[in-house]
Amino acid sequence: MDYIYLDHAATTPLHQSVQSEMKEMISKAFGNPSSIHHFGRETRKVLDRARENVATSINAKFNEIIFTSGGTEANNLAIFGAVEANKDKGNHVITSEIEHHAVLHPFEELERKGYEVTYLPVDTSGTISMADFQKELRDDTIFVSVMTVNNETGIRQPVEKIADQLKDHQAIFHTDAVQAYGVESIDVNELPVDLLTVSSHKIYGPKGIGFLYKNHSIHVKQQLFGGEQERKWRSGTENVLAIVGFDQAIRSLKEELNSRKKHYEKLSNEFIKQLQASDVICSINGETSLRSPHIVNVSFEQTDVEQLLMNLDLEGIAVSSGSACTAGSINPSHVLTAMYGEEDARLRNSVRFSFGKDNNLDDIKRVVNTLEKITSRLRRLA
Amino acid sequence: MIYLDNSATTKPYKEVLDSYQTVAMDFFGNPSSVHGLGGEAELILKKAKSQIKTMLNTEHDIIFTSGGTESNNLAIKGIAHELRDRGNHIITTTVEHPSVLEVCRHLEQNGFSVTYLPVNENGKITVDQVNAAIQKDTILVSVMHVNNEIGAIQPIEEIADLLISHPRIRFHTDHVQGLGKINLPYNHGGIDAITISGHKIHGLKGTGCLLKKKNLVLQTLSHGGSQEFGYRAGTENVAGAVSLAKAIRYAVEEQKNYQHLAKLKDLLIEELLTYGRIHINSDEDCADHIINFSITGVKPEVMIHAFEEKDVILSTKSACSSKNEDASYVLLACGRDDDVASSAIRLSMDVNQDRQDIVEFNKVLKDVMEQYKDVMG
Ligand SMILES: Cc1ncc(COP(=O)(O)O)c(C=O)c1O
Ligand SMILES: Cc1ncc(COP(=O)(O)O)c(C=O)c1O
Repeated sequence: MDYIYLDHAATTPLHQSVQSEMKEMISKAFGNPSSIHHFGRETRKVLDRARENVATSINAKFNEIIFTSGGTEANNLAIFGAVEANKDKGNHVITSEIEHHAVLHPFEELERKGYEVTYLPVDTSGTISMADFQKELRDDTIFVSVMTVNNETGIRQPVEKIADQLKDHQAIFHTDAVQAYGVESIDVNELPVDLLTVSSHKIYGPKGIGFLYKNHSIHVKQQLFGGEQERKWRSGTENVLAIVGFDQAIRSLKEELNSRKKHYEKLSNEFIKQLQASDVICSINGETSLRSPHIVNVSFEQTDVEQLLMNLDLEGIAVSSGSACTAGSINPSHVLTAMYGEEDARLRNSVRFSFGKDNNLDDIKRVVNTLEKITSRLRRLA
Repeated sequence: MIYLDNSATTKPYKEVLDSYQTVAMDFFGNPSSVHGLGGEAELILKKAKSQIKTMLNTEHDIIFTSGGTESNNLAIKGIAHELRDRGNHIITTTVEHPSVLEVCRHLEQNGFSVTYLPVNENGKITVDQVNAAIQKDTILVSVMHVNNEIGAIQPIEEIADLLISHPRIRFHTDHVQGLGKINLPYNHGGIDAITISGHKIHGLKGTGCLLKKKNLVLQTLSHGGSQEFGYRAGTENVAGAVSLAKAIRYAVEEQKNYQHLAKLKDLLIEELLTYGRIHINSDEDCADHIINFSITGVKPEVMIHAFEEKDVILSTKSACSSKNEDASYVLLACGRDDDVASSAIRLSMDVNQDRQDIVEFNKVLKDVMEQYKDVMG
């Protein structure tokens, strides 16, 4: 049976070009970039080239890219690093209720450390409101983190407006762009954030690598201590092979961004259309007009998410209930809870479908057919 | 090209790369995903863990990290913060890798007090020094196994023997330069945490792990998902983990070849001793794969390049600090004067280093010494 993979928001396979580039470079770039001899210098060149390209991809400067071991580390560095560096200016920080755990949990840690944290709510559209943000922003707010695109619903957040609001405010603005980076072109001049997180394995690159964009004027306190790599913002021998792969994934993304976006749009629109035309009783979670094209979060009435996932898996369809990161148990999604409240049935019957470049319309058809079969069976059992 | 900088990094084995590639391509799922592809990836990750445990013959938990630096940070910060209520005193040495020293300095700025044990002229501390430094509020001892600049081997087992009777004190050791070379009693009840890095044993950069005793509780460095028992958030580098297990397997298997390095070291030392201007900084008790010597009167960078011209790759100090020109803090700690400490060269061999490479090195050394005879005056 052919597996249909519709969990690209959890992770993506390696791009063909990434595989070949990594294969090609490994024998050329095995040196330690800090070594002053030939092997070190050759590897340093490879690293510099990658950094230059990565920076260019968001219109940033070479020195504004800090490579990390992934999105989680980049978020942690942004949050703890910036808050620590600016703690003299105030004690208040703002984020949203729907952030990824790699943002939410650091904020909970900040709370334990005595910071005052405001978690912005969302309404049923899945987005925070600017009115709430304006209300909560204070003179002593030092840090704001709001994600660009939510990983469970695909709903885009008003990050441009927040950046605009913060233009003349002391607060540092971070956005977790892990889900956005693969579907939209980001330019840090047009979206003037101070800190921005990207992860490689969501854009057809290898796992274990990511970057934090850090505007050169922003102070961030180092979190991982040791050697002088990454200009001392992040110690540790550089993960050169993964950086090579990440770089190539970004190059491919640049070439294919428009076609990928169109492809995701086609697939997700067709998916929604076919679902609505089918016998499946369902509704889309979140305001569709704010949805990123690669994610559709669907609630299936009178079904149960665990049974849905299990049945879909048996039929060879890989999807998820939301974030992959709450290993093992399927806890009600904190994102849907924020949107609908704790009692809502949608918390127990929603599934995330996230599309990739290798999915096609046949996949959509098979998925919708399978959903018809499964949901009618589950509804009968309910 | 004769590569004698294996302590900076090693060339990954083909088999290691192959397993990385296979896993990265065929098992790309996110181990936390509940569907089949996630399950497969999770299984592979677990298998890599149990392989490492079998190979090192240990019951410890394995926490995969992004390398030696992160493992050291996780162990030291993690233990210090976890036990903060119990005490705030930490014991380490003056010759640790920066990924230990810098963490300790950071902790000092945050209310901890740190004793940096001085070393003797061979870079070693004694167990008595550790014993004497223990205070009522000591919570952690961190001592590296093999020093990365001069190869000094610390008495880890003796320290562990001592600390086993101090159940309130945790013991961490940085095993990055020792793995596959010098035995460490992985299951010793007195050792709580052990740092391992992949790229020093023909694995990949950005891979490593922390071995920790089952009952050791740590505070996590990174908050997020609940991966790695909740000790290390972030989507797992599954392919990296599998490649690390492979690299560890080779390191363990090939340790039997290590003995022959003693003879190569003799061959080297014998030659080095014939030059009056050369000071040997690694004594006979040091590990056999790292030989540190100073050619005084010439900048070590100049020497490194002179050797490189003749296809011999060496390094100054450790790679992580090669960019600043100061003297080696390790050699200063060993009591060397500025001249010696700022003209050090490190030659680091692979377990499978060919005898002919050293014979060739000795010849090149002769040429280089001849070439710089006048400069040295
Ligand atoms: C929005 C978002 N932020 C952060 C992360 C964490 O990134 P990583 O898996 O590279 O640690 C993820 C994915 O897991 C994500 O979807
Ligand atoms: C003794 C020692 N500890 C720690 C490290 C750091 O390991 P990594 O390069 O994997 O971060 C190194 C090497 O750089 C080392 O030699």
